[in-house]
Amino acid sequence: MNPREEKVKIITEEFIENDEDADMGRQNKNSKVRRQPRKKQPPTAVPKEMVSEKSHRGNRQEPVQEEPKTHLLSMTVRRGPRSLPPIPSTSRTGFAEFSMRGRMREKLQAARSKAESALLQEIPTPRPRRLRSPSKKELETEFGTEPGKEVERTQQEVDSQSYSRVKFRDSARKIKPKPQVPPGFPSAEEAYNFFTFNFDPEPEGSEEKPKARHRAGTNQEEEEGEEEPPAQGGGKEMDEEELLNGDDAEDFLLGLDHMADDFVSVRPADYESIHDRLQMEREMLFIPSRQTVPTYKKLPENVQPRFLEDEGLYTGVRPEVARTNQNIMENRLLMQDPERRWFGDDGRILALPNPIKPFPSRPPVLTQEQSSKAELETLYKKAVKYVHSSQHVIRSGDPPGNFQLDIDISGLIFTHHPCFSREHVLAAKLAQLYDQYLARHQRNKAKFLTDKLQALRNAVQTGLYPEKPHQSLDTIQKTINEYKSEIRQTRKFRDAEQEKDRTLLKTIIKVWKEMKSLREFQRFTNTPLKLVLRKEKADQKADEEAYEAEIQAEISELLEEHTEEYAQKMEEYRTSLHQWKAWRKAQRAKKKKRKQAAEEHPDDEIAEPYPEEDLVKPSPPEPTDRAVIEQEVRKRAAQSRRRPWEPTLVPELSLAGSVTPNDQCPRAEVSRREDVKKRSVYLKVLFNNKEVSRTVSRPLGADFRVHFGQIFNLQIVNWPESLTLQVYETIGHSSPTLLAEVFLPIPETTVVTGRAPTEEVEFSSNQHVTLDHEGVGSGVPFSFEADGSNQLTLMTSGKVSHSVAWAIGENGIPLIPPLSQQNIGFWSALKKADAISSIGTSGLTDMKKLAKWAAESKLDPNDPNNAPLMQLISVATSGESYVPDFFRLEQLQQEFNFVSDQELNRSKRFRLLHLRSQEVPEFRNYKQVPVYDREIMEKVFQDYEKRLRDRNVIETKEHIDTHRAIVAKYLQQVRESVINRFLIAKQYFLLADMIVEEEVPNISILGLSLFKLAEQKRPLRPRRKGRKKVTAQNLSDGDIKLLVNIVRAYDIPVRKPAVSKFQQPSRSSRMFSEKHAASPSTYSPTHNTDYPLGQVLVRPFVEVSFQRTVCHTTTAEGPNPSWNEELELPFRAPNGDYSTASLQSVKDVVFINIFDEVLHDVLEDDRERGSGIHTRIERHWLGCVKIPFSTIYFQARIDGTFKIDIPPVLLGYSKERNMILERGFDSVGSLSEGSYITLFITIEPQLVPGESIREKFESQEDEKLLQATEKFQAECALKFPNRQCLTTVIDISGTTVFITRYLKPLNPPQELLNVYPNNLQATAELVARYVSLIPFLPDTVSFGGICDLWSTSDQFLDLLAGDEEEHAVLLCNYFLSLGKKAWLLMGNAIPEGPTAYVLTWEHGRYLIWNPCSGHSYGQFDIFCPLKNVGCLIGPDNIWFNIQRYDSPPRINFDVTRPKLWKSFFSRSLPYPGLSSVQPEELIYQRSDKAAAAELQDRIEKILKEKIMDWRPRHLTRWNRYCTSTLRHFLPLLEKSQGEDVEDDHRAELLKQLGDYRFSGFPLHMPYSEVKPLIDAVYGTGVHNIDVPNVEFALAVYIHPYPKNVLSVWIYVASLIRNR
Amino acid sequence: MATASPSVFLLMVNGQVESAQFPEYDDLYCKYCFVYGQDWDPTAGLEEGISQITSKSQDVRQALVWNFPIDVTFKSTNPYGWPQIVLSVYGPDVFGNDVVRGYGAVHVPFSPGRHKRTIPMFVPESTSKLQKFTRPTLRQPRAPPWPGPLCSSPSWFMGRRPEYTDPKVVAQGEGREVTRVRSQGFVTLLFNVVTKDMRKLGYDTGPSDTQGVSGPNPPQRFPQ
Repeated sequence: MNPREEKVKIITEEFIENDEDADMGRQNKNSKVRRQPRKKQPPTAVPKEMVSEKSHRGNRQEPVQEEPKTHLLSMTVRRGPRSLPPIPSTSRTGFAEFSMRGRMREKLQAARSKAESALLQEIPTPRPRRLRSPSKKELETEFGTEPGKEVERTQQEVDSQSYSRVKFRDSARKIKPKPQVPPGFPSAEEAYNFFTFNFDPEPEGSEEKPKARHRAGTNQEEEEGEEEPPAQGGGKEMDEEELLNGDDAEDFLLGLDHMADDFVSVRPADYESIHDRLQMEREMLFIPSRQTVPTYKKLPENVQPRFLEDEGLYTGVRPEVARTNQNIMENRLLMQDPERRWFGDDGRILALPNPIKPFPSRPPVLTQEQSSKAELETLYKKAVKYVHSSQHVIRSGDPPGNFQLDIDISGLIFTHHPCFSREHVLAAKLAQLYDQYLARHQRNKAKFLTDKLQALRNAVQTGLYPEKPHQSLDTIQKTINEYKSEIRQTRKFRDAEQEKDRTLLKTIIKVWKEMKSLREFQRFTNTPLKLVLRKEKADQKADEEAYEAEIQAEISELLEEHTEEYAQKMEEYRTSLHQWKAWRKAQRAKKKKRKQAAEEHPDDEIAEPYPEEDLVKPSPPEPTDRAVIEQEVRKRAAQSRRRPWEPTLVPELSLAGSVTPNDQCPRAEVSRREDVKKRSVYLKVLFNNKEVSRTVSRPLGADFRVHFGQIFNLQIVNWPESLTLQVYETIGHSSPTLLAEVFLPIPETTVVTGRAPTEEVEFSSNQHVTLDHEGVGSGVPFSFEADGSNQLTLMTSGKVSHSVAWAIGENGIPLIPPLSQQNIGFWSALKKADAISSIGTSGLTDMKKLAKWAAESKLDPNDPNNAPLMQLISVATSGESYVPDFFRLEQLQQEFNFVSDQELNRSKRFRLLHLRSQEVPEFRNYKQVPVYDREIMEKVFQDYEKRLRDRNVIETKEHIDTHRAIVAKYLQQVRESVINRFLIAKQYFLLADMIVEEEVPNISILGLSLFKLAEQKRPLRPRRKGRKKVTAQNLSDGDIKLLVNIVRAYDIPVRKPAVSKFQQPSRSSRMFSEKHAASPSTYSPTHNTDYPLGQVLVRPFVEVSFQRTVCHTTTAEGPNPSWNEELELPFRAPNGDYSTASLQSVKDVVFINIFDEVLHDVLEDDRERGSGIHTRIERHWLGCVKIPFSTIYFQARIDGTFKIDIPPVLLGYSKERNMILERGFDSVGSLSEGSYITLFITIEPQLVPGESIREKFESQEDEKLLQATEKFQAECALKFPNRQCLTTVIDISGTTVFITRYLKPLNPPQELLNVYPNNLQATAELVARYVSLIPFLPDTVSFGGICDLWSTSDQFLDLLAGDEEEHAVLLCNYFLSLGKKAWLLMGNAIPEGPTAYVLTWEHGRYLIWNPCSGHSYGQFDIFCPLKNVGCLIGPDNIWFNIQRYDSPPRINFDVTRPKLWKSFFSRSLPYPGLSSVQPEELIYQRSDKAAAAELQDRIEKILKEKIMDWRPRHLTRWNRYCTSTLRHFLPLLEKSQGEDVEDDHRAELLKQLGDYRFSGFPLHMPYSEVKPLIDAVYGTGVHNIDVPNVEFALAVYIHPYPKNVLSVWIYVASLIRNR
Repeated sequence: MATASPSVFLLMVNGQVESAQFPEYDDLYCKYCFVYGQDWDPTAGLEEGISQITSKSQDVRQALVWNFPIDVTFKSTNPYGWPQIVLSVYGPDVFGNDVVRGYGAVHVPFSPGRHKRTIPMFVPESTSKLQKFTRPTLRQPRAPPWPGPLCSSPSWFMGRRPEYTDPKVVAQGEGREVTRVRSQGFVTLLFNVVTKDMRKLGYDTGPSDTQGVSGPNPPQRFPQ
């Protein structure tokens, strides 16, 4: 192989390498590791390659190897165009090699197993393996150059050379598929494994080993150099170049050859068994387990987990992490980081406290732009007083200076000062020791302990030999043992104390001696200190005895102790000896066994561990010797105790000594004294770090004591935070220097002046002072000895004696800030913890409760946040503070009451505000409540108070009739109770109330709207569009308007020819007889011509009055006028309250009155007719329609034709029929009598009526039945959502009742039955009339629209008020009792809306009865107000209308047909026989005729007064004659129910009042109150006539029916005398 | 006497609706009105106002500046029901329909002085998911209203946003629980507040200016 070719190869190899790099680059680290050895290959790869190949194959045991023939095959195949995965190794391994390979494989295996075990032992972690591998590999590779393989290699060389070119191409091709097999290089992997193992050197190569080693050693450096990754590609080549030079040619050639082989070679398919793969993955990947890691793994060995929490340290709250995640993390950490750094002492992962805030906070709304602006903006801020800004304000409102702190500074003593002489130092020391001695002496602890010891000993004595052994031996023994241990303890303490005493005394004496020697030495005295030791002689003998006794006692005790100990030790010894013996035995047996084992497996021995330690043979304890103990005791006693022969020494320190005067002192001392004299000291008092005062400057005395004796009174405003004294020293005239700061404690609030003890506070300074005189200086070492040994360094220090206390005011009140303010920190912490308890922290809190709360809430006592609370609790539970044994509700109520309740109630303003907030009607909309009581008028409350007063007084003035007054009261009470019951649901809003939003577009709507695009802009039949609904809440006066559109009227009565009154009486009488429309044919068409001047029959116009607002249309002409006019009337809610509740209780009624406009010529003089027109317009009432506002409110709009309520007698008018005019709807008109008007009424804007609450009420019905009703209703609603279906209703007490229970035959009043005993039809009509005479009162009015309450018939008759359903039920019950087939009919009617009618089956036809008016309609009557039928209710079943149509004429009322009527009770659910809620029988009281007559008079009187009131500018004259005539006439009307009397009456009237033009009519109403009567009379407008000579006539007749049902007739007329 | 014990106190507010931040919208105008309690009565100035239409500023701030003045004076006898200003911002949507862009309310500051308030605005959310989806939230181009029949057909593509029946409800709590809102933009208001006689009636709202009357002036003290 020539060098050029080599080069090419190298380059290609580079190329391959690089390419590989690029491809593999993104593979993980492992792959890099895997590849690394291959990189190293070029220089040395030759032999290694061989080995690697072998080993690889050996390991994998490819089938290829087993059948060498296939290699050839495969080789050939590989070269084919199919380019099967190349198998380069096969090319090299010929048949000849096979045996050799086998041998190799054997060796390899042996080596491998060994290497593995070695590896396992040595390198447990994989990391070093990687590092080591290259060098190891180097070593190994060199081994590979064995001569045995040389042959093989040459052979291969030839082989490979022969097709090296081909291989180039191959390899080039191979590059591409390579990356496709990413885990590809199993061989490399295996090779790597191989190289990392230790092999035994092959026996063949053993001779060459040293040489190879050597070479390897030399090479190694190169290799290592290379190992530093050569970044540039060129570097590698260089290395190889070098190698080329360095290595011997043969080796290189071979190496190169193989190297080329390695990279360019074609390899077998890189198959990898799943097993291998899994193995690999197992090595590579780590799947952290989810198992809980046992604690011991997470902790260092032999460490017990330590739980800080248990030790009482606060650990904080750990963040919430799922257990499994935590486990995974722990496992991972354990794997990655064996040092367990991540684990805490308790074996858990270290974690910081949870940083998450429990409450979300809204970020501030500052925008960036604003902040930049804010910088430019000048803000004015008022200067703020410090007091207010301070957090610790005592109270801003309090006048400052209320609190006073007295600081008494009495003096200052230096315990060291730079100017101290040595003697001073000693003196100070002595003084200090003496103080200590005094203190100790005072306490005399040694004596106390001695006494105690004595007492204990006595106790033991008596315990051992008790005089009366009344206790069990055990307990005695126990107590004695306790005593003994106590004795030991006490003795120890006593000895220590005695020793201390003794040493103290010794030290005092020593110091005193030193001082004396010093004084002698320096030949002067500086201090007046003098110590006298007083000896106190004691009785020596007694003393000695006591001493000896003491020692003896001690010895005996000790001895006892020791024997005990000895016994214990002996016991221990015995057990341990026993153990030891056993162990010895076992050991011996083991040894024997081991010996045997060792013979069999000599190698095992090394591996055998030695778990057992050699047990040491225990040695027996030594018994104690009494002599030794005695010696010890005596020694100790000698040390610590006064010996019996020694006298007691009592030191006494006095200042009796004299100080050597200056002139006798040496110079240095004199200068020191002078220096001291120059110095002076003063103190500054700092309060909250501010200087508040200072003492006078006092010179320092020779004794280094300064007396100030000053008291500073600090009037404080802020809560004291700190109180500091600063000690200043002045030397001569220099500036003062701060020596030290003394911090004084702020006194407790209990400490007041006079009680405060003088305390001493020590201070010290760290200043360094060196003086040139005798003064020892400060912070400078000095010595007492002449040679300077035993050096001492003292700092300036001293004591300030002071007292701080709270001052007492003049009246003896301590000037202490309130306690609650004191603990600011505490306060705030509590606030955080519990607001309620924090209110009471000033001592009112129930501490026990607090403690209990703390215990229950599991407060962490270690949490720093809770510290103050815990402190409080601990204080509380320890009983130091006063704990009240009661709990006070609203503890601080007294404090918060800024005014007493009486005063508060007396305040008119408060009362007004209170009433307003209670929404009392009178005050609900009260504006501008005055500021002061005096501005509130007393009359404001008068109405309200009157109403309150009247609540329980039955007011008869309004109601006239007592029964009705009672009823009204009762109704009021029911209403209140019901309202209270549902008060909760009052504030009930729907989304639609709040938000206007267009309908959701669903697909159909979208499609429809698309379709609409093609629609005509102006359709031929436009539809009314729905209006926007408005909720009542936002309205105010004038916002709501009532729109009344009057379309047309039919059959208005026409005038009788007035002029022919006298001339044609006969004619008129004829006319009267023909009044009834039943015979229209009798009218002759020529009749029309009778009218003179072509005057029309009638000129009607419509006047609508509502809430006393009157609007009227223009005047039309003829009996069938068409106005088509819209009238607009404003609506005012009562009290200006437009809430839904208020609106639906509006009782106002819309009166639609039809008048005839009559023109009268009033020209006095016919001569003026040519020049002027004098006409008076009169209007004559023809009839009216009344529609309650509540109906309009709930119906939103009322649209239909209504029957005009025309009085039975309408004088001067008749129902003329003009056949010509009527021809168009002759057939229609003939069907019904009476006049009709077509109306459309609505409210603008449309109001949303409050929906009644669909609430579940309690019920006594069977649960099954209730479920059935729900099911039934749901089914019905599904089919016909618009049809009314009623199964259960709510009775007056608010419980749900099944509806059929209301229906039951009930007897009508006997009186009515007696009227027409044989005429059932007439009786029925009479009964209907009776029912209709009961006043109508809608539930919505009485119960605020909350719900529809059904009262039973007796309740209804008692109340004498009810709405449609009560009327209908009663009527139905009457009909049932009369033996008719009757049903309650639920449906919609105009104008009532959803209502109840009664259906009867009579003589082959169905009759529909309107219970409120008493009228009956045939099924096919088109003027029947009932428009559709929802369901029929009988006494035992309910039938729901499931027919296609629901208007009465179009449906079949045959309830037996299940296809048309869905019945509630059927075969599947039979009628269970429900009992009725109705009474058995109705009892009727006979009406009080006298009372009725009285009422009649009163009403007449009231009405007359009213009419006079309405005519304030005119004289109202009453025509008595006419009145009496009318009064006479009214009973007849009642009797005939307004039928068939008119003609007679008219005749009679004409006869009597021939002179008068008469216009008048009787009104008929059920009686409830006076007000509706007045309104009705007002509505007729009779009083409006202002003809000067008009007279009036008014008659009232009340016909009493049973049960106080009253029928009222009012005849009102105006008379104008004809001239 | 009249000066010593006034029977009402006055609250004078002037200022302006300064600007707004509605990053998605342009060409907006705003309405304001006051909501106050029963004891309050406006004595001078305007209770309601409707501003001009403003366009976004062309700089980075993209502020919608109105600088629309507010000037109103109330008299009252009771601080209960202290006036709130209710703002509602409207603007055209992609189709040129005038829709609401935000409601907001804030109390008139209690203490006298100059106050700046930035109030977050919100709009009621539609109840239908579809409408939420079709609501054009994208930045609309300043295009003329959609031409042709699509625009005239009102419910074709709901550019309509739900609105409160009365903007004043945002100043009250009643009934709000049935609505869901989404926040949208901010409006900055500037108030200059002057009060009169509040201190005399015993209401201390200002910062601690202790001069003048020393304490509350209970009405009982004054003989009639």
